[in-house]
Amino acid sequence: MEITKKMVEKTATKLSAEEILGGKVLSVKWEPKLKYAWDNGPAIGRYLAELKNGKIIAKKCDKCHRIMIPPRMFCELCWVPTGEWVYVKDTGIVNTWIVGYVDWKAKRLDIKGGVRPITPGIIEIDGASKGMGILHHLGEVDPWKIHRSMKVKAVWKPPEERTGSITDIKYFKPTK
Amino acid sequence: MSKRVAIVGIGTTGFRATTPDVSYRELTYEAAMKAYLDAGVEPKDIDSFVATSEDFFEGYSIADEYSPDQLGAVLRPIYTISGDFIHSLASAYMMILSGIGPISVAQGMSKASNMLTLSEMVTFAMDPIYNRPLKESPHAVSGMEMARFMYETGTTREQCAKVVVKNKRNALNNPYAGHGVLIDTDYVLNSEVISYPLTQMDISPHSDGAVVVVLAEEETAKALCDKPIWIRGIGWCSDTPGLETRNWAEAIYAQMAAEMAYKMAGIRYPRKEIDFAEINDEFSYKELQHLEAMRICKKGEAGPLTEIGGTEITGEFPVNPSGGCLGVGNLYELNGGHKVFEVVRQLRGEAGKNQLKNVTTGLAQSWRGIPTTTGTVVILSN
Amino acid sequence: MRRVAIVGAGLTKFYRNTQETPKELAYEATKMALDSCEMKLSDIDCVVHGTAPDAFDGVHMKGEYLSDGSGAYRKPYMRHFVGGGTGVLSPIHGWFHVASGMFDTCLVVAEEKMSSAYPHPAGAFLTIFDHTTEQPLYPTLIYIFAIEMNRFMTTHGYRKEDIALVAVKNKKNAMDHPSAQLPAEITVQDVLNSEIMAWPVNRLDISPTSDGAACVVLAAEHVARRITEKPIWIDGCGWSLDTAYWTTRDLYYPDYLEVAARQAYKMAGIKEPSKEIHIAEPYDPFTYKELHHIEGLMLAPRGKSVQMLVDGHFNRNGNLPTSPSGGLLGVGNPIAAAGLMKVIELYLQLKGTAGKRQVPGNPTCGVANAWGDLMQVGTVVVLRS
Ligand SMILES: [Zn+2]
Repeated sequence: MEITKKMVEKTATKLSAEEILGGKVLSVKWEPKLKYAWDNGPAIGRYLAELKNGKIIAKKCDKCHRIMIPPRMFCELCWVPTGEWVYVKDTGIVNTWIVGYVDWKAKRLDIKGGVRPITPGIIEIDGASKGMGILHHLGEVDPWKIHRSMKVKAVWKPPEERTGSITDIKYFKPTK
Repeated sequence: MSKRVAIVGIGTTGFRATTPDVSYRELTYEAAMKAYLDAGVEPKDIDSFVATSEDFFEGYSIADEYSPDQLGAVLRPIYTISGDFIHSLASAYMMILSGIGPISVAQGMSKASNMLTLSEMVTFAMDPIYNRPLKESPHAVSGMEMARFMYETGTTREQCAKVVVKNKRNALNNPYAGHGVLIDTDYVLNSEVISYPLTQMDISPHSDGAVVVVLAEEETAKALCDKPIWIRGIGWCSDTPGLETRNWAEAIYAQMAAEMAYKMAGIRYPRKEIDFAEINDEFSYKELQHLEAMRICKKGEAGPLTEIGGTEITGEFPVNPSGGCLGVGNLYELNGGHKVFEVVRQLRGEAGKNQLKNVTTGLAQSWRGIPTTTGTVVILSN
Repeated sequence: MRRVAIVGAGLTKFYRNTQETPKELAYEATKMALDSCEMKLSDIDCVVHGTAPDAFDGVHMKGEYLSDGSGAYRKPYMRHFVGGGTGVLSPIHGWFHVASGMFDTCLVVAEEKMSSAYPHPAGAFLTIFDHTTEQPLYPTLIYIFAIEMNRFMTTHGYRKEDIALVAVKNKKNAMDHPSAQLPAEITVQDVLNSEIMAWPVNRLDISPTSDGAACVVLAAEHVARRITEKPIWIDGCGWSLDTAYWTTRDLYYPDYLEVAARQAYKMAGIKEPSKEIHIAEPYDPFTYKELHHIEGLMLAPRGKSVQMLVDGHFNRNGNLPTSPSGGLLGVGNPIAAAGLMKVIELYLQLKGTAGKRQVPGNPTCGVANAWGDLMQVGTVVVLRS
């Protein structure tokens, strides 16, 4: 049997945004008010505490010898508990990146009006094992001059503004 | 079914009201390590994995992303069931029967303490058009169901309270349980009314924890362990999700899931052929309602049986010797995992002070909670 | 192991906004699938449902909410979930139900109503990221896919204008698909000139958000032979997840897919995929993703897929037609339903009932895949006539 236009056309009714917003069809609104308080455990707990101190800490697997960031209590590949804590540098290289013209809600930024595009990337952190990257933003750089393997360094918030969060690093900027 | 499948390893963290010292990752990792050690397997020996999660319980959209690492399942066959743990167990069981490989693992986890708006969450599960705008408390649904169940069966509030007393006492002797306490029926009857006839003490408090279970096909099971616990029957069923069209007195989902499992296990007289049960008692009356739905008791008989101590550890048909949800805690999608864990402990003779004598067949049953009508049953034998 | 076949299929129209509720969409697809093989709900032993995040439809435990719309009233019913990979996991999960011997027939339903999430479903994606180490940075899916596309391009030296050909091909193929939301005849220049979303991704590199549902009916061999003269067999299944630490993987290559494909090919007895497979529906929510997946499915050598695309290898009349349906880029992307739509396309093509979309040469073996989560899931099925 073939699935034809005639068959599918009666399965769904197209609505435009105007018909919904203009009240032509009735709708129900519900904003879920859900709150969570996540237990982070020892590994991420220490990671955050060290960020507050202006340092980045990793954890080492004694089996595969990977130095892993973000730190974790067990190595997901060897499946054994991890060993020592290792401070890594706050410098690294750009593994890959983008130039974002929309925000996280898919709302368009006013680029023509002078708003800088959002430039997140994966930063491979120096001192961690090869390929160990974290997600962060790139700053103090022309978005169109960012390139693969560009050397970058963390720009920290002043100590009194740090809260023990990944945002204690404002962004990574190119090193000369 | 040509192949037989057994549970060859179980592991848990135990169940506590809060677990601030670990993240969800370490919680499952601990349970998995214990289960694999118990079964004598390593992740590389395992052919397939099934995780259990429900997005808004975990607080993640697409919560299954976080399933592989803590099970040792990176780049291995793993998927997630958004259901009860026993759904996942059934899924793992079917994978073994389908020839995916002789060893499979099912996982479930609860971080209920991390959910700060549980009531809002349950409301969010209701029909967005018909029910949510009414802004009823989720306990209104359980209260209405309790009232209808009592009306149709003649069950009394005292009999429901007796379930609470029994289960919370059983929990005191279970090292894995987090909500054991010694109280009497008056204490339950006089506790704060939440949604009459439901009182505060009729409702299970929540718990955190993780359970991992290792399953193996017959030959492998016998090679791996001395006491394989066989899956003799398994069943699951969803009745209507609509509040308007459901049967408010009877748990049809439990009845149909049980009948599916009985048929598979060749069980005709469950009360005689099964020795004990770990069943869902998220609300006190649910234990009684489920017993009747599964033909372990006749309609209206579960209350009186409980009243005379027939479902105590020393009784004729022990129910929830572990302490059940009321004594161990409501674990949400992990509820079935706890039930299976406890039935296996009993059948292995490892239940310590709560050990039942001469038990060979046990039943684990779960329900997905308000507002669902979805239930699962598994029958295990040593 | 019992052989399992697809014996019927149903699909709704895909729109950005439908008036129908999620339940009703599921019902429409399910009804069409049952009608297509002249079966009744009472002939069905069990139901599986695949649907992606609850945040889209805006219902907690939405599998429960969708159950009666999916024909599961008082039946064994289970919901499986691997993010965007769910659509192709659906027939796999149904396959377990039947291949295991537990059931003879199974309804496999997939539904998504993304328009319920307001103002835009993209907002629901913030909470897929690690709540502590990533969410405070406000990432979104488009960013991370663009991040992957960039790594793929810089590793192989691929050019945006070549990758854009995927959108041109798929949207054109979709012109012949009855459910299609965004069929169009466009040029590479149109893709490059469309608004930048997150460079290197432009608007026309992306599939739309959609509402829709899909359904297939599975049957064990002895039942299938009674229902139809031409059952389409599920001969291979594979699935895998890579680590959730997605920033530590080299995103240029989909390892998760190669692992899943090898499992499926082994089950189907396929040794040389590029020769034995006649038709493919690689998952294409983004243009680059079709190529990324063609390489992961081992249908093209690593770093060579773009040249093959440019040479017309993947066109409907090419050596290996890919996304003859029009794919997610052309037909639309109601997440889980889109994955199942791809499986349905293989079913119709192998049966020879794809109408205007029928690829030449009587194909007898096809592969479909889907992908999701934090770019870490591979789900693969191999179908044969
Ligand atoms: Zn390691």
